[in-house]
Amino acid sequence: MTVVFLILAALTIAGAAAAMSLRSAIHCILALTLGLVGLAALFLQLGAQFVGFTQILVYVGAVAILAVFAIMMTHRASAPAEPILSASWLTGAIVAVAVFAVLAWAIHSTPALTPASLPQPEASVNQIGAALMHRFVLPLEIIGLLLTVALIGAVIVAMPEKQDTL
Amino acid sequence: MTPGTIDQIFVISKHWLLGYVPAMLQPVVSAILSVAPVLVVFPLLFAITTVLERKGLGRIQNRYGPNRVGPFGFSQPIADGIKSLTKEDIVPRSADQVVHFLAPLLLVLAAFLAYAVLPIGRNMVIVNLNAGVLFFFAVGSMVELAVFMAGWSSRSKYSLLGAMRAVAQMISYEIPLVLASIVIIMASGSLSTVAIVNLQSGYTSIWPHWFLFTPWGFAGFILFMIAATAESNRSPFDLPEGESEIIAGYYIEYSGFKFALFFLGEYLGMFATSGLAITLFLGGWSAPFSFLTWIPSYLWFFAKLLVIICAFIWVRGTFPRLRMDQLMGLAWKFMLPMALLNIFTAGVWHFMPAGIARWLLCSALLLAPCLLLSRGLKQGRKLQVRTYRFAE
Repeated sequence: MTVVFLILAALTIAGAAAAMSLRSAIHCILALTLGLVGLAALFLQLGAQFVGFTQILVYVGAVAILAVFAIMMTHRASAPAEPILSASWLTGAIVAVAVFAVLAWAIHSTPALTPASLPQPEASVNQIGAALMHRFVLPLEIIGLLLTVALIGAVIVAMPEKQDTL
Repeated sequence: MTPGTIDQIFVISKHWLLGYVPAMLQPVVSAILSVAPVLVVFPLLFAITTVLERKGLGRIQNRYGPNRVGPFGFSQPIADGIKSLTKEDIVPRSADQVVHFLAPLLLVLAAFLAYAVLPIGRNMVIVNLNAGVLFFFAVGSMVELAVFMAGWSSRSKYSLLGAMRAVAQMISYEIPLVLASIVIIMASGSLSTVAIVNLQSGYTSIWPHWFLFTPWGFAGFILFMIAATAESNRSPFDLPEGESEIIAGYYIEYSGFKFALFFLGEYLGMFATSGLAITLFLGGWSAPFSFLTWIPSYLWFFAKLLVIICAFIWVRGTFPRLRMDQLMGLAWKFMLPMALLNIFTAGVWHFMPAGIARWLLCSALLLAPCLLLSRGLKQGRKLQVRTYRFAE
């Protein structure tokens, strides 16, 4: 556990906690973005460049922007008056603790954690690309086709109807 | 000194300086020595560009431009800097104080981060990342968040409108921007900016191997530059700050040095995107002819950058601003299909044997749809030169 890891972990947890506890929805999303950036930095610290940059590109560049845009168009800017803790916070806390316990137990008992079985995985961009182009080429092509269809569909939805007189 | 020494003088002097530093501090000092020049040179370029732009626009509009401060008005940026530093920093009472403060900082931070992967000379790059191009676009996407934060936190309807326009525009034009650069990644087989430049630094007789000199590279460059203009909110895509409608857009409620930071961030973003265009399409720091390689590599990078900046100024002075629906129509109905087609063409180019047939087929594959698409989009619209009753 290095100093860098501790700083990044604190940043991520602080972002996530603020995302839950702030009143204004926009503030929550900005705090969540901070948490996601912290997570991306953790990926980078582990040497997973591709995953880290994709995390920033997708979550900060797309998901956060989409969320703020939706809120900006629909929501009032003022914070709601009701308290932050809902009436069923106890149930929620129990479920959260239970999920965390199961996950922690699963991670703790995994054989990958024993130091002997760690060959230091080297996940460079080249290897990810090679894996996507050889082993996983069919799923990749299908996803690519699906996304292209969605993109063209969006353009067609935005096109003016034939009957419209401009 | 040989040309090789002059070319590497900054790299050599950095290593010479590092020799005087204890081994424990060397990584930190090395990082500082790499980052500090970027933090100095590009803001300086920003200062020069502001005065060049104002003078250039002035000449285009038949007036002088700044000519009072210093020789030929070239000390104008110093006066501007002192002015913005000493101005009162006004924050609207109803503004969201924290977000309002953080927005310009995030914008400048994101703009500076992008320079980390730009090779500005031979062996002159801050970090040679495996996924350099991906890094560039990842930090570029943070700019949108900063723009939104600025517009939303000001609690002004003009700011909010400006931010909505800016974010919508940036999201729309990011797609053709990334799709236009994908052809380069396909051709070079690498996401590393250094590898991409190295691949283009060879010569056939005197002509360089730039990706610009292929049909798909040329089309990609045009698409990339249009998208880059829109990404940096410059005219003719400057609706987010349309003066006649929403005054200054998302940074209308900023004053003093924060306002200057927005300007800095905008220009730094423009330089960075132009730098990426140079890296991807114009061979980075490599010389345009094989007999000019004795000129240091970093000078070539900045020469290319200045040419692109001049083109930006020229475009700003001569094109009228687009309307919002025209802006979106251009991105989604013209640039997106062309970018997708360009990717296909790059694939065809890769699998065809080299020769004149490959050139003809790929050019036709791009030119014919371009003509057909622009014809199709023009249908049913009356396009004519606007006639003025009094202005002429």
